[in-house]
Amino acid sequence: MLIKRRPMLKESEVTDQRLYLNRREFMAGAAALALAPSLAAAGAPSGPATGQPLQATKNEKFRLTDAPTPFKDATNYNNFYEFGMDKEDPAKNGHLLKPRPWSVQVDGLAQKPKVFDIEEILRFPLEERVYALRCVEAWSMVIPWIGFPLAALLKQVEPMAKAKFVEFTTLKDPEQFPGQKPSFFGFSSIEWPYVEGLRLDEAMHPLTLLTVGMYGQVLPNQNGAPVRVVVPWKYGFKSAKSLVRIRLTEEQPKTAWEKAAPQEYGFYSNVNPTVDHPRWSQATERRIGEFIRRKTLMFNGYADQVASLYAGMDLKKNY
Amino acid sequence: MKRNARIAVKAGVWVLCLLPVSILAYLAATNDLGANPISFVTNWLGQWTFRLLLISLALTPLRILTGLAWPIILRRLLGLFTFFYACLHFCVWILIDHYFNWAQMAEDIIKRRYITVGMLALLCLIPLAITSTNGMVKRLGGVAWRRLHRLVYLIGVLAAFHFLWLSKGIRADAYLYTAILTLLLGMRVFDALRRRLRRRQSAVAARSVPA
Repeated sequence: MLIKRRPMLKESEVTDQRLYLNRREFMAGAAALALAPSLAAAGAPSGPATGQPLQATKNEKFRLTDAPTPFKDATNYNNFYEFGMDKEDPAKNGHLLKPRPWSVQVDGLAQKPKVFDIEEILRFPLEERVYALRCVEAWSMVIPWIGFPLAALLKQVEPMAKAKFVEFTTLKDPEQFPGQKPSFFGFSSIEWPYVEGLRLDEAMHPLTLLTVGMYGQVLPNQNGAPVRVVVPWKYGFKSAKSLVRIRLTEEQPKTAWEKAAPQEYGFYSNVNPTVDHPRWSQATERRIGEFIRRKTLMFNGYADQVASLYAGMDLKKNY
Repeated sequence: MKRNARIAVKAGVWVLCLLPVSILAYLAATNDLGANPISFVTNWLGQWTFRLLLISLALTPLRILTGLAWPIILRRLLGLFTFFYACLHFCVWILIDHYFNWAQMAEDIIKRRYITVGMLALLCLIPLAITSTNGMVKRLGGVAWRRLHRLVYLIGVLAAFHFLWLSKGIRADAYLYTAILTLLLGMRVFDALRRRLRRRQSAVAARSVPA
């Protein structure tokens, strides 16, 4: 007979496998800290830095079989207006962002609001998932992300019954994000900080991934380090990067792109080939690395998992 | 300007105008067009079409401001290169981006306003390119030819809207090009008004002279 017992140690008390595997580096890092008093002031030893490998279990349930986009393309062709408006700007200016130390304030309508240190976020059981990423500009990539369901984090702060939405806020700091500096004419495309939002049921959906890495390594700065959200059935801009705050709200958050161009970018922004952007078609997309455009799939191919969230809704009106 | 100098200047302009497409060819050969090469090439060619258009539109204001008249001889060459880049830009879009998907292309031209105005601009460039030869100037006669070639102002405006409407956010370069275009066209208007005023004043002055 099999007797199921609670493990004597809680998962959170076990030395993280990643730390365990990197114990030599950890010691080397500690030694370096001891030798460099100025660095020692920076505080506790930190997890793997940018470019370092990040351990994660492959989750076969969320594994797109399409070939992943080359790492070079996924890290050199980005929309991250905080670093500049050109696709090459994030890779060029990414070094300005300091992803450590970092913390994420999770509050609003929560029973147990909490500030999560990035090291604490990295201790959640990490998994690798291969998702399709569809940009609203009609191009797409396939990316192996590393993270864990956002639901796991939200459950820890215990959302109140009143909470209906989740608001995400990206760091605002023009020193680290040169794109946030006022331009010569004083106007900017969007209002800073970048704000995005999801309905609570969308945020709690198992597909919604709080993401800390990609391609087996720590999330590069130009891809939203140190922590971002990935919502694969929505256009890329819904997946807010470099998060400093996650807030539970009763009211639907006003998102950055909604404020900038409400007739073009709605709150939902689900990938939908039948609802065109007012200025271009969404019926097809160019997969980066491919020559001929491919047809865009409803909910970016995740219809069987998320269509029920929108049962009875007019998706043309709720674009 | 002496004949030799004119040939030298024109040769220089030829080389400069062929530079953007040569750089593109080099980037293509070294596999350096980035993650989305088709989009890169389309943007590159579109940007240079607009730049060349602005340069050709800058020659008259240059004369108004500085009295420097000889650069006008380069206007036809610059205009034809504008047309050349516009055609390349269009070909990449039609042949490579849509890959002969005629139905989708037709839909795009009608439904996307930035493509509608872009197509209009290209169509307007065609008669100007056709009538660019000395023979055509003679056949049409100076007045009719000049009137026809005022189409270039409309082309500029269409190009500006094409650029302003296609981007996701507010692009500084689209606004910069539009501002330059506005300045170049505005100077013509200002100059025309000033000349009309001066003509009227001299007419008044002529009348007030006692006979």
